[in-house]
Amino acid sequence: MKQTKTTEMLVGMFVAAGIAALFVLAMQVSNLSSFTEEGTYTITARFDNIGGLKVRSAVKAAGVLVGRVGSVDFDNDRQVAVVTLHINQRYNRFTDDTSASIFTAGLLGEQYIGLESGGSDEYLVDGSEIDEALTQSAIVLEKLISKFVMDKASGK
Amino acid sequence: MAEAANPSQSDVLVRIRDLHFSRGEHMIFDGIDLDIPRGKITAIMGPSGTGKTTLLRLIGGQLYPDRGSVQVDGEEVPSLRRGELYELRKRMGMLFQSGALLTDLDVYDNVAFPLREHTALPESMIRDLVLMKLQAVGLRGARHLMPSELSGGMARRVALARAIALDPMMIMYDEPFTGQDPISMGALVQLIRLLNDALGLTSIIVSHDVQETAAISDYIYVISRGKVVGHGTPDALDKTDSEWVRQFMLGLPDGPVPFHYPAPDYREDLLQGGEAG
Amino acid sequence: MMLEWVRQLGRSGIDFFEKLGRGHLFLVKTLAGVPEVLARPRLLIAQLLSVGVLSFMLIAISGLFVGMVLALQGYNTLVDFGAEESLGVVVALSIVRELGPVVTALLFAGRAGSALTAEIGLMKATEQLSGMEMMAVDPLHRVIAPRFLAGVISMPLLAAIFSAVGIWGGYFVGVGLLGVDEGAYWSQMQDKVDFLDDILNGVIKSAVFGVVTTWIAVFEGYDTIPTSEGVSRATTRTVVHSAFAVLGLDFVLTALMFGDS
Repeated sequence: MKQTKTTEMLVGMFVAAGIAALFVLAMQVSNLSSFTEEGTYTITARFDNIGGLKVRSAVKAAGVLVGRVGSVDFDNDRQVAVVTLHINQRYNRFTDDTSASIFTAGLLGEQYIGLESGGSDEYLVDGSEIDEALTQSAIVLEKLISKFVMDKASGK
Repeated sequence: MAEAANPSQSDVLVRIRDLHFSRGEHMIFDGIDLDIPRGKITAIMGPSGTGKTTLLRLIGGQLYPDRGSVQVDGEEVPSLRRGELYELRKRMGMLFQSGALLTDLDVYDNVAFPLREHTALPESMIRDLVLMKLQAVGLRGARHLMPSELSGGMARRVALARAIALDPMMIMYDEPFTGQDPISMGALVQLIRLLNDALGLTSIIVSHDVQETAAISDYIYVISRGKVVGHGTPDALDKTDSEWVRQFMLGLPDGPVPFHYPAPDYREDLLQGGEAG
Repeated sequence: MMLEWVRQLGRSGIDFFEKLGRGHLFLVKTLAGVPEVLARPRLLIAQLLSVGVLSFMLIAISGLFVGMVLALQGYNTLVDFGAEESLGVVVALSIVRELGPVVTALLFAGRAGSALTAEIGLMKATEQLSGMEMMAVDPLHRVIAPRFLAGVISMPLLAAIFSAVGIWGGYFVGVGLLGVDEGAYWSQMQDKVDFLDDILNGVIKSAVFGVVTTWIAVFEGYDTIPTSEGVSRATTRTVVHSAFAVLGLDFVLTALMFGDS
C-alpha cells in the first residue's frame, strides 16, 4: 500500500504539471489574457479596397490594439468591401466622425485598421457605421508601382 | 427438458453431445460425446494436437462449437448470454498449463484477485481466505514472492490456490504434469486428488501423461483424430482390446499410429536424391 | 504468376479490412469498459503512472531541445529581414500548432505505445488474458480499458508540457543567448497566437493523437500472435502504424483547422 501512495503522488504531480502547462499556454503565450471576445461592440466600415486585410487583423488607435476585424464581406450593390470591427468595450469614446484607414505594418508586414477620432460630440456605438468618406483604402503596392511606371513612361 | 427428469442427469456435471469444431479447414472434433460425472476426477487423454485444450475452452465458453451441445450444470454454454456465461465461469476454475499468473502481482494478490474482483469482502476476510487457500497448496510462506521468482511447479500450485479461491464446483486442469520434476509432479498429483475429495469438486484433467493421470482419475476418455476412441475406468482401459488405446496407454512407438509420418517409399526416395545429385 | 499476384493482393486487402473491423469492435468493447474503470480509479492511476509519468522526462527534455533549436534556426532566418522580434511568434506557432502535438505523439508511440503493446502481448502469450476470462473477469475492461484511458488522458497533458517547455527553451536561447528583446518575444507572441485557433486546436490534435496511438498500441497487443516473435512484430507495428497515423491525421486535421483562414 506504500507503493500506491507514491504512485498517487507522482500521478497527481504529473496531472498538475500538464494542467499548469496548459494554463501557461493560455495566459502567457496566447492572446487570451489581453483580449476576450465578450467585451466588444461592433461597428462597420466600407472600403474601396481592403488589400490584404483578414479576419482577426488588428484594429489600432494611436498604435494601441483596441479591437479586431470580425468579418470581411463584399457589398454587391455598391461594389465595395464591408468590414465589421469588434472594438473592446473599454474604448467607447470614438466619435461618430472617426476615420478608418488601412495601414501596413512595415513595408511587407500585416495590414491593420487604424482609427482616428474627429471632433464630433457623438460617439460610435454598437451597430454604427463609419462614414464612407472617412475611410481610406489599403495602399496596394502593385498599383503604386504600375502608376509609377506609367507616369515615368508618359513623362518621357 | 425431457431428459431433466432422468435421475442420471444430476450426476452428470458436463454433458457433451455430437460436438463438432474446426479451426479453418482443420477438423478438430468430429462428433464427440462425453459425460463428466459430478464429484469425480475425469481424465481426457490423447496424443498432442488432438485439441484437448480446445475442449476445455469449449466447456469454458471461450470458443463456440460449430455444431453440437455443451452443457455445464444443465446450462447450454454456447447459447448463454455474456453475463450468464460470466456467472457460470465464477463456478469454474481453470488451471492453465503455464499457470497464467498475473505477472505484475505477487502471490498473495494473485490469489486475492478473483475475490477482489467478484466479492465486496473486507480486506481482513480476504486475507484469511487467501492464507487458507495458500495453506492448502503449501505455499503460505511464499505469499510475498513475485510469479517470476516461482518454479514451474510452485506457479501451478499458486494458480491452483487461485482457481479454488471462489470455491468453484469444478476445476479444469490443462496438462498439469507437463515439464514437472518428479517431486512437484508427486505434490500436484496428490493435491488434485486431495482437493477434489476434500472440497467436493468435480475435476477434469487434460493430459497425455498416462501413468500419473491414470493413477488419480476415476474415469478416462481417450480422444484421437476428433473422435472418442475409448473410455472407461483406468483398470478397464488397461484391459481394452482396442489396438489404438493399448498403444497409447502403454506408450508403444509403433502401432495404429505409425511411427513414420506418411512419406513415399524410403528406397525410392533415397534413389531419387542420388539422381538429382 | 499474374493471377497469383492478384490473389495475393486480394488476400491482403481482405486481411486489412478484417483487422480494421476487429480493431473497431475492440474499441467499442473497450469503451464499454470505461465506466467500470472510472468507478475504480486505482486501476487508472496505476496506468497513468506507467503511461504518463514515465514519459514525462522524455517529453520535457525533447520539448526543451526542440524549442531551443527552433529559436536558433528561426533567429538566423529572421535576422536577415530584421524581423528577429518575431522570434517568439515563430517558435510559439510552430510548437503549439504542429511540433507539440506531433512530436509528442511520435515519442509517446515509441515510449509508451510500444511498452503497452509488449506488455499486453506478453500477457496474452502467457495466457494471463485467457486466465482472466476464465475467472469471469473481462480483460478488455480490467486490462485494456484503464490503459487506453490513461493514454488518452496523458497525451494532451504531455503535449501541453512539451509546448510550454519548448517555448521556454526558445526564450532561453532567443532572449538569453541571442539577445532578442524580452518584451518583444512575449508580446509579439501574445499578439499573434490565438487561444481558440492555435492553443485549443493544438490540444484537440493531441487528444485525437492520444486516442489513435493508444488504440493502436493496445489493439496490436491484444491482437498479437501469442509467441515471442509475434509480440516483437506487434511492437514494431505499433510504432510504425502510430507514426503513419499521426502524420496522416496531422495533415487532415491541419487542413480542417487552419485551411480556410
